[in-house]
This record gives sequence, C-alpha cells and structure tokens, in this order.
Amino acid sequence: MAKAKTWIEPHSSGIYVKPADLWIDPSRPVERAAVTHGHADHARSGHGAVFATPETLAIMALRYGVDAEASHNQAFVYGDGFERGGVRFSFHPAGHVLGSAQILMEYRGERIVVTGDYKRRADPTCAPFEVVPCDIFVTEATFGLPVFRHPPTGYEIAKLIGAVRAEPDRSVLVGAYALGKAQRVIAELRGAGWDAPIYIHGALEKMCQLYAVHGVDLGELRLVSETDKAEMAGQIVLAPPSALNDRWSRRLPDPVTAMASGWMRVRQRARQRMVELPLVISDHADWDELTTTISEVNPKESWITHGSEDGLLRWCELHQRKARALHLVGRDLEEEA
Amino acid sequence: MKRFAALIDRLIYTRSRNSKLALIVDYLRHTPDPDRGWAIAALTESLDFPAVKAGTVRRLLATRVDEELFRLSRHFVGDTAETAALLWPDAPRAKAELSVSAAVDALAAASRSDAPAIVASLLDRLDADGRYALLKLALGGMRVGVSARLAKQAFAQAFDVPVDDVEELWHAIPPPYAPLFAWGEGRTERPDLKDVAFFRPFMLAHPLEEESVDLADYAAEWKWDGIRVQIVHGGGETRIYSRGGEEISGAFPELVAAFDQDAVIDGELLVRGEVQGGEAASFNALQQRLGRKVVSKKMLADYPAFVRVYDLLAVDDDDLRGQPWTERRRQLEAFVPRLAASHFDLSQVIDATDFDDLAERRAGARDAAIEGVMLKRRDAPYVAGRRAGLWYKWKRDPLTADCVMMYAQRGNGRRASFYSDYTFGCWSEAGELLPVGKAYSGFTDEELKWLDKFVRDNTLNRFGPVREVEKSLVLEVAFDSIHSSKRHKSGLAMRFPRISRIRRDKPAEEADRIATLQAMVT
Ligand SMILES: [Zn+2]
Ligand SMILES: [Zn+2]
Repeated sequence: MAKAKTWIEPHSSGIYVKPADLWIDPSRPVERAAVTHGHADHARSGHGAVFATPETLAIMALRYGVDAEASHNQAFVYGDGFERGGVRFSFHPAGHVLGSAQILMEYRGERIVVTGDYKRRADPTCAPFEVVPCDIFVTEATFGLPVFRHPPTGYEIAKLIGAVRAEPDRSVLVGAYALGKAQRVIAELRGAGWDAPIYIHGALEKMCQLYAVHGVDLGELRLVSETDKAEMAGQIVLAPPSALNDRWSRRLPDPVTAMASGWMRVRQRARQRMVELPLVISDHADWDELTTTISEVNPKESWITHGSEDGLLRWCELHQRKARALHLVGRDLEEEA
Repeated sequence: MKRFAALIDRLIYTRSRNSKLALIVDYLRHTPDPDRGWAIAALTESLDFPAVKAGTVRRLLATRVDEELFRLSRHFVGDTAETAALLWPDAPRAKAELSVSAAVDALAAASRSDAPAIVASLLDRLDADGRYALLKLALGGMRVGVSARLAKQAFAQAFDVPVDDVEELWHAIPPPYAPLFAWGEGRTERPDLKDVAFFRPFMLAHPLEEESVDLADYAAEWKWDGIRVQIVHGGGETRIYSRGGEEISGAFPELVAAFDQDAVIDGELLVRGEVQGGEAASFNALQQRLGRKVVSKKMLADYPAFVRVYDLLAVDDDDLRGQPWTERRRQLEAFVPRLAASHFDLSQVIDATDFDDLAERRAGARDAAIEGVMLKRRDAPYVAGRRAGLWYKWKRDPLTADCVMMYAQRGNGRRASFYSDYTFGCWSEAGELLPVGKAYSGFTDEELKWLDKFVRDNTLNRFGPVREVEKSLVLEVAFDSIHSSKRHKSGLAMRFPRISRIRRDKPAEEADRIATLQAMVT
C-alpha cells in the first residue's frame, strides 16, 4: 500500500496530488484543479483545467466567468470520475450546497476522501451526504466545538414564519449567503407551506435561477427593486448578509433583521451583527454531525481543516483516533456558514 | 422557566426601548406570582446568590465536559454562562417544567458545598435556552438593557397604575414583590411604607423658555454640575438613590455613614477638588467615583464626596412634600446644621435684586461646578416629575466651536443604516487636525440624510464600522463645558457635545484652533 505522505501534500494554498500533478480546492490559480463546490474559498477563477460536478461548473461559470463548456474543463456526476497519473478520482455527494462533492482518491490500494464542506441533515436543494469509507479522511471543522449544535431546521423555519405573522406591518429581512443558504431557506419555507411570493435582493437573482434550472423549485420570487414598499409588509425578504444594515434596507417596510447562519447559536455573535431574529440554519456539519461522521467513516487517520481544528482534534485524541490539523489559508468564509 | 427564557431571548435581540417595554408588560400581565417578581428582579440585577459563582459553574462543567473542550469553547463564546448552557448535555427525556421561583428557592438554599449538585440538578431539567436563563439568573450579568426605571415603567403600564407610586413602592418591597403585584392588580390597598428607607420620585425642572420670571415668585439657586441624589434614612438604615431610583449607597460609604438623621434630603453629590482649593470640582472628578463596587481608601482620600443639599422631603417622620418651597426651605436651613459639615452643606439661595441682576451673575459664574441657575416657585409643593411652571433650569449658554469632521460611524437601531456618529477635530499649532470630541445628536432628520450622504461620498478609508472622511466639512459643535483629558491626543474632552449647525459655507482651514478651545477649559 502506498504511504499517503508520499503522494499527497497539504499546502497552505490547497492539497496537492503529486502523481496526478493536480490540486484540490487551490486558493491560487493552478494548471489543474479538482473543485469540491462553488463557494469562493474553494472555487476560484484562473485555473488551466477544472474538474468538478456539472452543477459546480455551472456555478463557477456564473460567479467567476469560468467557461464550463471549454474542453479542458470536465464535469462528472456523483459516483463518476477520472484517472490521472495512476490516481483514480471520483465525486460523491457532500450535502453542503447544490453540486457539492467529496472527492475520493484511490492510489495503489490507499483511499483518501477530501470532504470540502459538508453537512448531514436533510436539505431540499442538494443530494444527501454519502459515507465513503477511506484510510484518510480530510474533514472540515467549521463548527468544531461542542457549543455548536444546530436545532432542527423545521424549528428555525417555524420561528421565522411566526415572526412574520406576529408583525404584519413589518417585513422580515433574512440575511442569507447568496449561494446555497438563500435557496435552502426558500426551499425550506416552501416545504413548510409558505406559498406567498418571496422577495429577494438583486444579488440573489441569478443564483436562484441557476438552482431552478437544476430542478430546485423555489416558487414565486420577486425582486425588491421592482416592488412597492407596502407590498412587502408581512412578507419575507432575502438579501446577502452584507445588505442587512445597508442603505438598501430602507426600501423595506420597517424590517425585522434576521440572519440564517450557524454562528447565530452564540448570542453575542448575533448581537454584534445587529440581528433581531437569529436563525440557526447552517450548511455546515455541527459538532454532533462532525463527530458522528468521523465515527461512521472510521478512517485510519483524520486530517482536519477549515475552522475550529483544535476542538475536533481534541475529540479525536479523547477517542483515540489518529488526527492532525492542516492549516490551509483563505478558508475563513464566515458568511456562508 | 420557558417563558422567562423566551423573554430574555427576545430582550437580548430587541434594540428599541418601546419594544422592550412591550415585552416586559406582556410578561408581567401573563405570568403568575411569584415567578414574575423573581424574573423582574433578575432582569434588574437585584438578585444575589452568594454560594453560586462563575467558578462554581466552571468546576461543575469540568465534571461533564472535557476541560480542554470547555476552555476552547469558553474562549470562542466569551461568556461562562452561555458556554455552560450550550455545553451542558441535554437530558435524555423531557422533565416537568421548572418554575423560576423553584429555581430561585433552590439557589438561595444552596451552600458552598452543595451548590454544584444543586445547579447540576436544575440544569438537567432544562433545554439550552432554559439553561442560559438559569445561569444568568444565578450569576447575574444579564446584559439585556433593562434598567430599574424601565422595569418600573413596565409595571405601571402593565397594571395601569401611576409610575410615581411604583417608584416609591419598588425600593421598599423586596423581590418577588408580591404586595406590589397584589396592589397593581387591585386586590389590596397600597402597601404601607412606614419604617422603610424608600425612594421618593424626584421633582424635575423644565428648561427656562420665558424671557424672564419675577423673583418675587421664584427663588434662584445655582445649578450644580454633579449628580442629583436623594438620601433616605428610615427603619434604621441609610440609602442613597440616583436619578432613576437606582441605589448607589455602595459607591459612597462615607456619606452613608455620615448621614445619621431621620430625614430625606434632595441634593447634588459633588467631589471636592484640590485645584479649587477645597471647593466643588468638575464633573470629571466625580466620575472617578461613580460605578465602583469597591471603594479604596485612596479613592476616598483623593476624591472626597459631599452633598450640597437643596431640599428636605421629610424629617422626623414628617412628610414635607405637601408644603410650599418656602416652608421646606425654612426647615431645611434649620436641619442642615444637624448633619456633619464635612460631608453636607447647604446650597445657597442667590440673593439677586431682580432678574437682570440674576442674568448678570449667571453670565459671570466661572465656578467649574456651576452649570447654570435653578428657579423654583416659592409656593410650590414637592411633586414628582416635570410640572409646568414650577421649577426651571436655566443653563449657562452653551459654548460653541467650529470643528472639522474626521470620522463617522453607523448608529444603532433605527439609525443603523445611517452614518450618524461623528468624530471631529480642531487644528493644532503644527497645522494638524486633532480629535476633540464625538457627537451623535443635534441635527434634524433632513440634516442626518445630508450628513450620511456626505460621509459616503467623501470616504477616504474604512476601519470596520468606521469611515475616515475627507477633512472638508465644518460642524459648529455646542457643548456645556470642556475639560483637560489625557485620553485624547488634543488633551481636551467636551461635555455633552452636539452638532448645532452644519457650516457648509466655511472652509475647513478656518475652523477653530486647539488653543482657542484650551482657553475655554474649566
Ligand atoms: Zn462551502
Ligand atoms: Zn468552505
């Protein structure tokens, strides 16, 4: 069996797969990149060739102007993959956002999984996480502290709907990351029976359309910029978090400021963001999901990156699991959590 | 505990005072005794459980959660109670609801040795929000923006009773305030307050808008630049209350000890300043003494406090509030010599011949501790609150300076989308602009919109929520006084600065120099 350390190298700018001369989620432009999903801290422009799921390629085309049709870029559906330099690569659902994938690499009898970002709970906008057995499990740890236990999504959605109904003269403005979180909140609202039009900030429009093209039904969406102020009373409005306290929000009738993020679990964090209605809805695994996943995958070794490495590392130590922290740079995309 | 936990949660995220008020009103109306009383006491930080401290909770957590994981979590969250609430494992199945009063009883009965076990058994009965509420109740530090004043207003509004009555009764009745609720709901008579050192709501003044008043009808006194206090001696104890009826006895132990007469006085708390040769010092000096829980000997020696007395509300069991000012003044003058001269003196009546004479003296007053003049109607009784025509405050004309806007920051609440807090500066001899103050009031809504646009269009740099702007806009700033301060590079600090005018007409180079402001220092 190959020794992982001889063929895979963690660098601060990404993970380098030596025999294939290929990088996973590199933070700088490279010749060949395999990309787990479309968030900016994983996907970026300027690579020679990109290997990703069709949805991720479409997102990269929309956000970073990557040419999804170009022959040097290649799309692979879940379960599918390619071989290069003796390494077999394949893509498996990560349950994080539309198109998000874990990348499995097999080389001379050794299996390594890079999760990118992931979560375990149900999400109507993407395929559920798949447990892929492996020797080395490279896991994210955004919420790698035991204080992070996300409540059931339905509970938070009910809280949101309750808040809108409680003050019919006001709108509830939900700050939600433009890729993934916004569409998920909308889809969850639809699932909970919220049939009214949902009003969105212009910055969310194209991504919502992309989701719809990929078969995620978001119901009727209207642009805030094309709507009378009065019409939005008693309604739900979505905007990227950066617009919450911006001049833009003056178009809304006396908005209640809400924010959908795993960080909302911590009260002082929510207060700092001037949030009145914190919604603990995250696209990242919480503490229980992280630790359960490591147990289920049951790797020989876990490599931890991207968040509170120390907490998860400590858990591995307490459970006598071999683990190390990778210190990748540019992976602190707080908004998407 | 569910309702209480939900209330705290809403209060934490609610920024407007009226919304907070509405939440508490609703809670008080719909929660039974004694839970509501304990809850309101917890919100106003009026509870203390000596056996339960942050250390108790930390040690307890160590028995359930790995210490290293607790340390990392505590570091991230920044608050012991919240960390513990989130980390404590959920009980396997739901238990019967734990009432606030049951929790209070258990915490109050705890001794140092059994406190951990008691807290543990309580935490086991709650979910994460309930655990947070319990630990905040036990440890204090609620930080939900509910002052005693707001709580009293909520009570008055909830039961439609006069807030003045609530003010008076509040401090006389210990939590959970059962007799207060019984009275509020009309089930009993107003509780009897004999033999209790309770707070009487202050009589307040309107700003003087009349051209003049007749000094035959009004007595004039200096308005002192300290803090207004009421000292009450009753039932064998002495208490000092500040404006909102908050008790501040702890910060001024020497005054509590020195006030040994059965009486209630109204006066100004001041600190003696060295510079003034033992006269009253500026407000700055007094600030050294405010908000301190423990007062060191050095503090007592460096900033000796005293009270300049100007009204007598009760003496030897006699309530004088119904008497006219003239009669209260007569009794006050007879009473003050009964107090220790080291800590109490009489606020003198200004013997002006007529209003013009008074105006002249007011203009000439240079004492740092003088803020202006008070005019009190001679035949008026002592009544709570602000009543038309009885008391006037006639402040010294504000000082003004032309300053240049340097930085701007977003406001809170309704103003969150506006750059509404401005830092401004004046020119040093070297031609450098140095900050001299910060203001966030004084302008109209229209002016705010204009200022906000100015900030956005003239941003040079961003530092988090702060924007540095092009140094081109002159603001006329009004302030009550200006003092030396080591905190600012300019060496100056303004008291109550506000924007009085936007001077779009004035070039920035023509704004005031630091030296000009230094000449106004008191
Ligand atoms: Zn992501
Ligand atoms: Zn990420």
